Amino acid sequence: MAGAGGGGNDVQWCFSQVKGAIDDDVAEADIISTVEFNHSGELLATGDKGGRVVIFQQELESKNQPLCRGEYNVYSTFQSHEPEFDYLKSLEIEEKINKIRWLPQKNAAQFLLSTNDKTIKLWKISERDKRPEGYNLKEEDGRYRDPTTVTTLRVPVFHPMDLMVEASPRRVFANAHTYHINSISVNSDCETYLSADDLRINLWNLEITDRSFNIVDIKPANMEELTEVITAAEFHPNQCNTFVYSSSKGTIRLCDMRASALCDQHSKLFEEPEDPSNRSFFSEIISSISDVKFSHSGRYMMTRDYLTVKIWDLNMESRPVETYQVHEYLRSKLCSLYENDCIFDKFECCWNGNDSVVMTGSYNNFFRMFDRGYRQDVTLEASRESSKPRSVLKPRKVCTGGKRKKDEISVDSLDFNKKILHTAWHPQDNIIAVATTNNLYIFQDRL
Amino acid sequence: MCRLAFWSMSLQCWDDALVSALVGWPPWLEASVQHSSQFWMANMYSKGTKRKFFDSVDAAMDNKAALYSRQRQSLLDMSLIKLQLCHMLVEPNMCRSVLIANTVRHIREEMTHDGSWQLVTEAFGGSGPSDHLVATEVLCRSSALEQQGGGPKLYSVMGYDGCREEEVVTDEALCSVTFSDGAPSLLGTIDHCWDRAELRMAAVENRVIKDSGSEVESGEGAKTVMGQVFGTFEIKNVAPGSDLALEELFSAVDASYYDLDTMLTSIQSTPKMGPYNLLDSMASSHGPTSNSSCRTDLSELDHIMEIIVGS
Repeated sequence: MAGAGGGGNDVQWCFSQVKGAIDDDVAEADIISTVEFNHSGELLATGDKGGRVVIFQQELESKNQPLCRGEYNVYSTFQSHEPEFDYLKSLEIEEKINKIRWLPQKNAAQFLLSTNDKTIKLWKISERDKRPEGYNLKEEDGRYRDPTTVTTLRVPVFHPMDLMVEASPRRVFANAHTYHINSISVNSDCETYLSADDLRINLWNLEITDRSFNIVDIKPANMEELTEVITAAEFHPNQCNTFVYSSSKGTIRLCDMRASALCDQHSKLFEEPEDPSNRSFFSEIISSISDVKFSHSGRYMMTRDYLTVKIWDLNMESRPVETYQVHEYLRSKLCSLYENDCIFDKFECCWNGNDSVVMTGSYNNFFRMFDRGYRQDVTLEASRESSKPRSVLKPRKVCTGGKRKKDEISVDSLDFNKKILHTAWHPQDNIIAVATTNNLYIFQDRL
Repeated sequence: MCRLAFWSMSLQCWDDALVSALVGWPPWLEASVQHSSQFWMANMYSKGTKRKFFDSVDAAMDNKAALYSRQRQSLLDMSLIKLQLCHMLVEPNMCRSVLIANTVRHIREEMTHDGSWQLVTEAFGGSGPSDHLVATEVLCRSSALEQQGGGPKLYSVMGYDGCREEEVVTDEALCSVTFSDGAPSLLGTIDHCWDRAELRMAAVENRVIKDSGSEVESGEGAKTVMGQVFGTFEIKNVAPGSDLALEELFSAVDASYYDLDTMLTSIQSTPKMGPYNLLDSMASSHGPTSNSSCRTDLSELDHIMEIIVGS
């Protein structure tokens, strides 16, 4: 079993690092709400419920240990969003960061978009490691010199200083969403991006903050007829005119912005017919799609609903090409999960760099990987117990009935408060970031 | 706890009023029952609830049917409570609310299909306990009017817990009241209210009060139920041709939260196959706030006001 899943059947996943508080008493503000690698994988950003963004940077591989990948250390921390109060509706606007998306790097600085329920912000993260010294009119501490004492001229010179990383908000995109923003996605043209809330999707230009263009609107004229909401949206990785959005009814719509200004009419509708033998009162709820991600190639897209991960070929709308069961043993527990609201948990999913493996989270701090090529899957656990440096993760197994074997865990023993909703995969290497409630685990393959 | 007490009472209620005519329920529901039966058994029995099985025969089929209908009813109860509990400081999660609302619709449609909806109504239609005559009468009266066929438009009042705003409207100098079909807003009540289910619950709680005499919570719940039925009129901006000044005044109001309320109150609209097709007889216009608008007979309104005032 060891080695199953993850870029070939010989990959073994090892613990690398864990970030966050050790104690079990979780502060609400520390709950991680999003995780995202940048395009090179050098930077790893997390957002939390307290509105903060923490960016980790991978250390350069040292010559001493050529086989060991660099560790991720804190690079920058800043408060992205603050709680607000909507006076008109007498409601709080949470500062929780719903999504972070990096922009492709164009110069020395890094840019990312972060969003809460209502406002998107563009942050510039830049380094400063030199400072000018030797001004003519100012002292080193900034005080102005008496001009009469200036007798010579000199040219200020840059001297090295301790590295300082500065994060500054460059744009604030506000007041465009009536409902809660669930997704942002940067276009491949690097000039525009979309933001999606429950009922509408807006298109923005990264330079323009006072205007956005509504491209999808599913709000019914009569709100009493509302039965479906938008749950996620993403731009195609290569085609700047194409995007998809998923719904609470388990459908995905692909839209082409060239077709019309308002993309209410989809170009393609992806929907799998319901399996009549599995119908129940909960069928619709568990079919609601919580995440949609294009493959890096742009040929496929992956959707996550409550019990499964599905891979769709963009050329075939009738059904997915692959379906992976994440935790089918929960199907008989749906009523309890409905009662405790776990059935509404929104799990995310991600692709590895070459689209051969997909990963998603589950309960009890388990996460699952599905190797598409080798048709293997593995369940791993993110826990402090298996946190010895470079210790290999042992595959876990959930016992669904009958006699429980050693090392198996029974369904009734699962901790539904320990859920892994957010995971991310390094764009090139086998390094993954897995967020438990308030800890970030980094695992990498054994070299 | 009130909620548990209510659930157990609701089960007893079903025992009393229940139909055995649940025939022909689809096999996939049976699977659903079997899947969850363990959960339900554990849940119900662990609370110490006594269940009365039906008379005599207890054919396996009857048991299953009863179990299934109990399960379904409990699911309905749970869903309604979930919807009501979304009045929090932060805006409720719309996706979750929509999914729960759809579940409730689904259950209601099924209950209407197999006739259990009507049976609930008949059980409480004319013989509500006197304590609840107010709530009962209004709702029964609405029903009676409907059955007269057309006639004056039907309406109800909507109560909101901590209703924050009232948007006063004139529609050609008439005050219009938006309504669902005769039950308070789902969001406005602590205990769930659902058309005739509200009557049933009110009756149940009255029984609790009478029987135990000490269920303060239930008693207060019943009062809350009644209070909420006539909580606040919510009058919404209806037609585009409304008074311009008022429109301007309220044009900046972001109605999204009320959109959610409206969406949820639509659950109260009767199913298309039910006997209470109130909405069918109403003209609807799509105002800026996208709520269905209906005119009402002023005399009907006066009558309601009289009840409220208690004259």
